[in-house]
Amino acid sequence: MSDILTIRGLRVEAPDGTVLVHGIDLDLKTGEVLGLIGESGAGKSTIGLAAMGWGRGGCRIAGGTVAIGAQTVTGERSAGRAKLRGARIAYVAQSAAAAFNPALTIGRQVLEGPKHHRSMGKAEARAWMLELFRALDLPDPEHFGDRYPHQVSGGQLQRAMVAMAMSCRPDILVLDEPTTALDVTTQIEVLALLRRLIQRYGTAALYITHDLAVVAQIADRIQVLRHGKPVELGPTEQVLAAPREDYTRRLVGERQASLAGEPRRHEGGAELLAVDGISAAYHKVPVLSDVSLSLRRGETLAVVGESGSGKSTLARVITGLLPPTAGSVRLDGQALPASYTARKRDLLRRIQLVYQLPDVALNPRQTVGEAIGRPLGFYFGLKGREQKQEVARLLGLIGLDPDFAGRLPGALSGGQKQRVCIARALAAKPDLVICDEVTSALDPLVAEEILRLLRRLQDELGVAYLFITHDLGVVRRLADRTAVMQRGRVVEQGPTEEIFTPPFHDYTGRLLASVPELRRDWLDQILAARATA
Amino acid sequence: MRRIPLTAWIGLAIIALNLAALLFGPLLAPFGEEDILGGPFDPATALNWFGLDQNGRDMLSRLLFGAQMSIGVSLAASLLSFSVGLPLGFLAALRGGWVDTVLSRLVDTIMCVPVLISALVVLQALGSSLPVLIVTIALLDSTRVFRLARILGQGINVMEYAEAARLRGEGAWWLIRKEILPNAAAPLIAEFGMRFCFTFLFVAGLSFLGLGIQPPYADWGGMVKDNQQGILYGLYAPLYPAAAIALLTIGVNLVVDWLLAGRTRPQGEGR
Repeated sequence: MSDILTIRGLRVEAPDGTVLVHGIDLDLKTGEVLGLIGESGAGKSTIGLAAMGWGRGGCRIAGGTVAIGAQTVTGERSAGRAKLRGARIAYVAQSAAAAFNPALTIGRQVLEGPKHHRSMGKAEARAWMLELFRALDLPDPEHFGDRYPHQVSGGQLQRAMVAMAMSCRPDILVLDEPTTALDVTTQIEVLALLRRLIQRYGTAALYITHDLAVVAQIADRIQVLRHGKPVELGPTEQVLAAPREDYTRRLVGERQASLAGEPRRHEGGAELLAVDGISAAYHKVPVLSDVSLSLRRGETLAVVGESGSGKSTLARVITGLLPPTAGSVRLDGQALPASYTARKRDLLRRIQLVYQLPDVALNPRQTVGEAIGRPLGFYFGLKGREQKQEVARLLGLIGLDPDFAGRLPGALSGGQKQRVCIARALAAKPDLVICDEVTSALDPLVAEEILRLLRRLQDELGVAYLFITHDLGVVRRLADRTAVMQRGRVVEQGPTEEIFTPPFHDYTGRLLASVPELRRDWLDQILAARATA
Repeated sequence: MRRIPLTAWIGLAIIALNLAALLFGPLLAPFGEEDILGGPFDPATALNWFGLDQNGRDMLSRLLFGAQMSIGVSLAASLLSFSVGLPLGFLAALRGGWVDTVLSRLVDTIMCVPVLISALVVLQALGSSLPVLIVTIALLDSTRVFRLARILGQGINVMEYAEAARLRGEGAWWLIRKEILPNAAAPLIAEFGMRFCFTFLFVAGLSFLGLGIQPPYADWGGMVKDNQQGILYGLYAPLYPAAAIALLTIGVNLVVDWLLAGRTRPQGEGR
């Protein structure tokens, strides 16, 4: 088979001259899927966009060539490149919700490509759209196109975006983390449909993701990237089973560890937190119904569930940000006032919260020292030298140099910011730290370090964690006990080991089965199992 | 420190020039504010660089005297409007509920009457003394500052770092001073630059209607009005004070642009 996409010596620069991608060579054959793997900042998306002759946010292709078939993309001016985009090479973004225009129907947006490129007649384009909708298992394909983006689910919208990308029968699809924003159970469907679609129409694809297990299901070959440079290229089996480079080995190793996991066992002290029959609602829409949990001193309780299961709402109720409509929360047997405004300062101190996105959890205009120092001054009256010393000690605890105290969050990496958030929480000497998806926004290797840090801190300080996450790998490595939530209810609760050993609760089993595994045949097995069931 | 671009240098130079006029204007002026040196609209000479005005007074001297009035009044009014509008706007954003409702509806009520008409009524009723002028302009302007501060405050108040501070138990003063204000600084500086220029033009407008700074004191807006008939005869006289106003406006905006460069982000960036 011939090469449909050829990239040679690609170099992309940011407007300020920073080199984002350097020395990239790629070949993509017709019908082949090439996985681009790497952490954030590895240049995966930049390469994907450069394949279309595009640089996001003023980035420009400073060197090298990109060719689609016999046509050199980099040789074309912007009008010529625009003719290729959508027609011969098309893009599927991570967030379908942000990629669709909410004011137009889905069908109109899917048909935009053929109309713009005049590649087919109206009737033909519509027939092709319906075929795609059917191939993508969208409900009521005849009328699906008449709906607006907000009228369909996230998984359906992601599939509709694939249909939009396929609308001109392109030779190449650039899939930029197409399943990352989806829940695990939805991810499987989209992944399976994507694979079927690519095979059926012989489309070549660049599959960009940070998740090795996902790419294992769909890619023929894997290109590992780091800091904009190629690390390793090989057939999927070889990269997963026998990685040549150290960096790849670490990536694979981390993924395997997250799947295996070693359970934790804390004895746990007296009951610290008791959530009793909590119901809560946003503007009269019920989100939580009759949720009861219990957490002992020094142990970790994980709350798992998909988006919309109410797990973050539970955190808001416990912290007092959202007063419940029924039920009560007790700390050390003492009932907590429903709203945080009615809680005494010492009560606020004992429950601390660490957020999912460290970027918005730290005030961009406060230095690290100010952020960590404030709780020290506020709760314990520490000032001046004493405060500085304590800040330095806390920075040491989270593995950062004392001179980080003078830096602004903008000068920190994502992982460092999350460490600072943890230090800020610990500065209050809390009994309970609520961790709301603290690792979801981080790269796998960084997330792994944060988890290790959290475990170590718990052993040293005896703090209890309420760990909210959708990542079952995290749960297995960190939690003594686990509560599984679905649609605002706790469906199962108990020691983590028990939850994760068969026989499973119905929903827990489905969640567990949906976590991609690092085997090529995992998706096939899941699909086969579903077909028989 | 990053390099200061040429436009910012020009802006800084213009502001420095105006500041010098504000502080030392009367000392620098070659003639008195009210000295009549010749006939109306006499052309420029070696002594009177910009010629004479409609009453035969030295244009340059009056410009220098006028700087104090015009810039002083605008600066005082802008500062006052910010010190009223900012805290109230932030407070409305922070507290929400009835505080927000009462303040916002009050502001809406004031804003639905055109500023010039409100100002005319107040100045007619209370007389056009300098303090009344400044306070009137400041209060009318503070409604706009309030609206901006409120919307900025609301945006920042829902950020997780502000939530973290609230959960820590921080009071309104800390939240406003440490969490909201530093993060709202960029648009507020821009607004200050613009408010200052608008106030300047507003004072000029009031003077034009005879309700601003009263003669014989010179102010740039009033000077444009006083010399306007010169335009009919193709004279430059009214252009000098007009140019002074324009120059300062441009200077302030150049500096504001520079201060904001690199500090603002388009909305939705980094999603």
